[in-house]
Amino acid sequence: MSVLVYIQTQDGTATKAGLEVASFAKNMNVGDVTALVSGTLSGDGGLGSVGVSKVLHFSEAVTDNAQLSKLTQAAAKNAAASTIVFSGNNDGNAIAPRVAIALNVGYVSGVTCLPEGKTFTRNVFSGKATAAVNVLSDVRVISITPNSFGIKPDAVDASVETFSADIGAQRVVINGFTPTSNDGSVPLPEAERVVSAGRGLKGPENWGIVEDLARALGATTACSRPVGDMGWRPHHEHVGQTGLTIRPDLYIACGISGAIQHLAGVNQSKVIVVINTDPEAPFFKAADYGIVGDVFEVLPKLTEAIKAL
Amino acid sequence: MKLLVCISKAPDTTSRIAFTDGDKRFDESGVQFIVNPYDEWYALVRAIELVEAHGGSVTTITVGDTTCDPIIRKALAIGASDAVRIDANPTDSSQVARLIANYANDKSYDIIFAGKESIDNNSSAVPAMIAECMDLPYVAFATSIDVDGDVSTLNCESTGGTNNVTVHGAFVLSATKGMAEQKIPNMRGIMSARTKPLTVVEDSGVTAPTEVSKFTLPPAKGDCVMVDADNAADLVRLLREEAKII
Repeated sequence: MSVLVYIQTQDGTATKAGLEVASFAKNMNVGDVTALVSGTLSGDGGLGSVGVSKVLHFSEAVTDNAQLSKLTQAAAKNAAASTIVFSGNNDGNAIAPRVAIALNVGYVSGVTCLPEGKTFTRNVFSGKATAAVNVLSDVRVISITPNSFGIKPDAVDASVETFSADIGAQRVVINGFTPTSNDGSVPLPEAERVVSAGRGLKGPENWGIVEDLARALGATTACSRPVGDMGWRPHHEHVGQTGLTIRPDLYIACGISGAIQHLAGVNQSKVIVVINTDPEAPFFKAADYGIVGDVFEVLPKLTEAIKAL
Repeated sequence: MKLLVCISKAPDTTSRIAFTDGDKRFDESGVQFIVNPYDEWYALVRAIELVEAHGGSVTTITVGDTTCDPIIRKALAIGASDAVRIDANPTDSSQVARLIANYANDKSYDIIFAGKESIDNNSSAVPAMIAECMDLPYVAFATSIDVDGDVSTLNCESTGGTNNVTVHGAFVLSATKGMAEQKIPNMRGIMSARTKPLTVVEDSGVTAPTEVSKFTLPPAKGDCVMVDADNAADLVRLLREEAKII
């Protein structure tokens, strides 16, 4: 029995999402963890630090999910894997279902905690319920909701093996890549802390106080749907039912009333703080901590208090 | 061009979520169903726009029983040409994907559209699975598409950024925000939807490799701790000492 994890790297090192996937696999405690990496890899990519004992390295960088599906199938065969784990980010969500179909096995997406036997827990109904899912096949493919498990150091010696496989022709060609943020902050789905703001900010020129608080906290910024629709903020920052679903440790909502569609995207956050001038704002019902007050006065005070820690 | 759009019914966002049958099944009684927003606002509307610009047809496909018919008529009212419903009650994403692929395999669709996820199951799996079943390329989380003959150019959300990609020939895409704007059906659309063809296809029989053993509602949220606006620093203290989050 072993677990295969598909790992994304940046500059040769496993990404935060990759380390989380490997850590989850190790803590499943069902056998050795083998990692599959395509493209540049330096050393073991940091994977030994979270319990990966073997890294299968495919030297060519592969981006087409059909090819990555074939590559994963070959690696799963090589490692005799009974569980194949992906990060539930956009890239993992495009590959993992293909692998499950190709192997004709069960797939559980968006797993939020370690399984009990063959039963996995995932969120459904946009975070309004959870489902316990039994996998009936002997082999299973799963994806992990980013930032749901965390990274638990567990250092072992990882061997790195060059791996080759027939992955077919590339059919989706990437012409260019535009990063969503160039300020070096963590991508929203992986962020542990998020500062989000809505119409209460009154205009895009006022976002400085939101960004100051985010910087002080080491947080990523987000926004509500109207703010994205009005072009005050880029739409990739939109969290909510038709935008991103996130699960940070801390979500601070500034000047957002908390419509049910917005809550659907953030209600899995571990701690929710709401700052709003309207004491009747529905968001307070979903919050752990609340301040009834003007964001223009409260946010700078919070930023100062955090800097003083 | 010949386009296929996968649409599913989903409970309206404000629906009360409850379960039945030993907490193994969603309780549909009294629930208002809508077209899954990602399927409707982004996938379907963009497919209709492409056909308006280039000519051709938009067929919708749904896996489900007769309770899906109202949302199928809504899709026809928005502008789909015709509809297919596979008469089955799937319990797993791979069942839905295999049933759709079995139907679509010999129909030569140019592009198969789906929303990026459904708001009930949230798996984001069906379009990728259809692509694998039919050995087609898959462009995930697309925010725009332009078609020029056999060549499609799309922007799609990757982890940490946006890719601009090109694909030749037939493929599957999942659509997300940015693809199109919501389109409200007009009276003419609603009237014509009543007579547009809705073909019911028999269940081709596919087994599910997973099963839900139990749905659970989250524990009730405790009361919100209110902090005085003049004492914002107190919130920082609570986040550190009580919530232990910073």
